[in-house]
Amino acid sequence: MKVLVPVKRVVDYNVKVRVKADGTGVETANVKMSMNPFDEIAVEESVRLKEAGTVTEIIAVSVGVTQCQETLRTALAIGADRAILVETNVEMQPLAVAKILKAIVAREKPGLVIMGKQAIDDDSNQTGQMLAALLNWSQATFASKVKVSGDELEVTREVDGGLETLAVRLPVVVTTDLRLNEPRYVTLPNIMKAKKKPFETLAPDALGVDIAPRLKTLRVQEPPKRSAGQIVKSVPELLQKLKNEAKVI
Amino acid sequence: MRSLIVAEHSNAALKPAVLNTVAAAQKIGGEIDVLVAGHNCAEAAKSAAQISGVEKVLVADAVQYAHPLAENLAALIISIAKNYTHVLAPATSFGKNVMPRVAALLDLAQVSDIVRVDAPDTFVRPIYAGNALATVQSGDAIKVITVRSTGFDATTATGGSAAVENLPAAGDTDLARLVGQELTKSARPELTAARVIVSGGRGMGSGENFRILESLADKLGAAVGASRAAVDSGFVPNDYQVGQTGKIVAPELYIAVGISGAIQHLAGMKDSKVIVAINKDAEAPIFQVADYGLVADLFQAVPELTAQL
Repeated sequence: MKVLVPVKRVVDYNVKVRVKADGTGVETANVKMSMNPFDEIAVEESVRLKEAGTVTEIIAVSVGVTQCQETLRTALAIGADRAILVETNVEMQPLAVAKILKAIVAREKPGLVIMGKQAIDDDSNQTGQMLAALLNWSQATFASKVKVSGDELEVTREVDGGLETLAVRLPVVVTTDLRLNEPRYVTLPNIMKAKKKPFETLAPDALGVDIAPRLKTLRVQEPPKRSAGQIVKSVPELLQKLKNEAKVI
Repeated sequence: MRSLIVAEHSNAALKPAVLNTVAAAQKIGGEIDVLVAGHNCAEAAKSAAQISGVEKVLVADAVQYAHPLAENLAALIISIAKNYTHVLAPATSFGKNVMPRVAALLDLAQVSDIVRVDAPDTFVRPIYAGNALATVQSGDAIKVITVRSTGFDATTATGGSAAVENLPAAGDTDLARLVGQELTKSARPELTAARVIVSGGRGMGSGENFRILESLADKLGAAVGASRAAVDSGFVPNDYQVGQTGKIVAPELYIAVGISGAIQHLAGMKDSKVIVAINKDAEAPIFQVADYGLVADLFQAVPELTAQL
């Protein structure tokens, strides 16, 4: 079984993002970019499934600007076998990405798609579910454990009340939660090897997909600032302030 | 305009976030219907009919809705979505799972996690872990939306008298089935609905040490939460996690104990009314958002606080 792993290039999670003065977005020039952490977990899980003999080939795919090549190289260094970049400068929204991925699935015929549950830039948490819908596949979102057994995937999902386990019919789109695994460190020999792995670049037109954005961002603003309050010296002082000043207890 | 609220419920009761979702629909304006899809869910439907401002409750009672599987629910929702201008659900693990599937089946964009309604087609939503607020406008004929509860004060749960209508079930897609659940049982309030939350971080050191937080929580009638670090360390289950990818909370009082204050954690609690931080590290970033900071050893300060309450 082949597995497709979509990965997204995002502002690194350690970067404190700044809203642009003109309110059109956040500053991404000269900012460290990395693979979306949830996608890294997805790549790692695919590699583990391959190591366990469940999966035969791992295809990493990214949709976006030329620099997404770097993100795909990271996926190859973790252990993906080949990469596809659907290159575009258009602002990509989840529905458009899902449509592109659907076209890639039609071409590559994977039995499994594993991707991050959300990207830490727009925090949408949509693309995996949308892809499953467009393919009429089952979906296994927010996964903290997955196991392929026969023609089903058993998935433990992180839900608000705790955990639930579902058996879903293959093929399936899995979206990863934080505790699915801990991604390995990329080693130098693997970075070197990644450079020699097959890498294909496509244009969205070649896939016949409409990627026009549906949502218009009118403006991006700083959230209201929370200013630091006061340092209290003792527990009795804290209690007194909570009772008499904040009046919350 | 007419909104459909996809209710999250346990068949026996509605989840509190439904009330915040109705409140968001009220901000949009127009009539509001609630869909209760479940099995033996008459009680949940009854509660939905009592929510103030709801006009009609649609009940789809069938075995394939006993557990909210996205595949089956989406098939049902798209069968009626065309009657509405807005389809909304709470941005809980339930809504986040189901709604994008609904949107894509209808070839619609989704607006996730809205915290404000500016116009019936314009919404404000946090991005980058809440470090920026985006105002987005949807050009789609039907707006598919998930609602962040903390952005909207819950509407009144009683006083309404909506008509209850049965809705024919869509078929069973047979794509997924429930195998088991491990739900955290607790007598304390739910995190997302609690007035007071006591949260612990890596500084707690172990799962056992969370007991001192539980004692404090019980004195305050509070829920217990945790940072990602505490969950990843195995101190507490995943459903305790407050943060960008965990639960988003905004209680009256949030007490952060042994939590350093990573931006991912702040994203989940910085809209709390009053924040208290107890940490022995005076440089911890949590103090930059706390209304009251106490630089102290939590193992002394927390029991002392509990004892003096």
